Amino acid sequence: MWKWLNSYADPERSYNLAGKLLPWLACLAIALIGVGTTWGLLFAPTDYQQGESYRIIFIHVPAASMSMMAYVSMAIASFIGLVWQIKAADWAAASIAPIGAVITFIALVTGSTWGKPMWGTWWVWDARLTSELVLLFLYLGVIALYASFEDKVLAARAAGILAIVGVINVPIIKYSVDWWSSLHQPATIKITEKSSMPMEMLMPLLINIFGFGVMIATITLVRYRTEVLARNGMRPWVRALATKEVAK
Amino acid sequence: MIQFDSISDFFHMGGYAFYVWLAYGITFSSLAILIVMSARSKRKILVEIAGKIAREARLKESRGINSESKT
Repeated sequence: MWKWLNSYADPERSYNLAGKLLPWLACLAIALIGVGTTWGLLFAPTDYQQGESYRIIFIHVPAASMSMMAYVSMAIASFIGLVWQIKAADWAAASIAPIGAVITFIALVTGSTWGKPMWGTWWVWDARLTSELVLLFLYLGVIALYASFEDKVLAARAAGILAIVGVINVPIIKYSVDWWSSLHQPATIKITEKSSMPMEMLMPLLINIFGFGVMIATITLVRYRTEVLARNGMRPWVRALATKEVAK
Repeated sequence: MIQFDSISDFFHMGGYAFYVWLAYGITFSSLAILIVMSARSKRKILVEIAGKIAREARLKESRGINSESKT
């Protein structure tokens, strides 16, 4: 039933498909983040408690939530690569890791610059912040493991196991604000009940969350294409591309 | 409706300018670095592969000359 999917694991086909999707996703990401950020910075109403400082939320929450989403995607790809030995899935996981690390870094830094004016400190060792920092180290661990082996099949297996074990950290980040007392505020957006935010603030936030997701997908495709080329350097179609690139 | 009275009012961010612009600045500069590096890596890999092809061709050629000189 799902056999047709197999053909997309073919390196050349997935390389070309990724290339076709790229410009559309890139435009969508730029449009969403452009609208969401402009809306958030200029048009969203001022917070009655936090004043204008709360405008950091329009990048902090998208970065933080998408850092977890990217991690889960990477772990799923690693799992597919480990269980069904689909190399394309390993390459996808390797492509996501550096992007996830940058997004996690952004979540931590923007949280810090928001924490300083609101809590009076750049950093506290509470559950939410610490577990998000652990997420950054997990990403760095996956990147380092994948880079440590010349044999990339072995490298993907080592990095994949770390990625899968590390998934345990994601629910810990998500529920840390409910399980332990924290300076960090609990979730603003709730799926099952009414969000504690007016529409004029919620809309740009949701647009930016979606925009960050599409941006991560776009950069993943760019890196995936490079990864496909690097791992298939012996294939004639890659060699033809290389010869053409140098001739340019 | 725009929430600020003037451009300078906007940049002032109600007194939180340093924190807000630091957050946005680091976000977009680190994203820019990531995107530029990701976009450049493709050409780097292709040039590497092309170098390998050229090296293989040279090896083959010199091997060809060597075997000719022996006969």
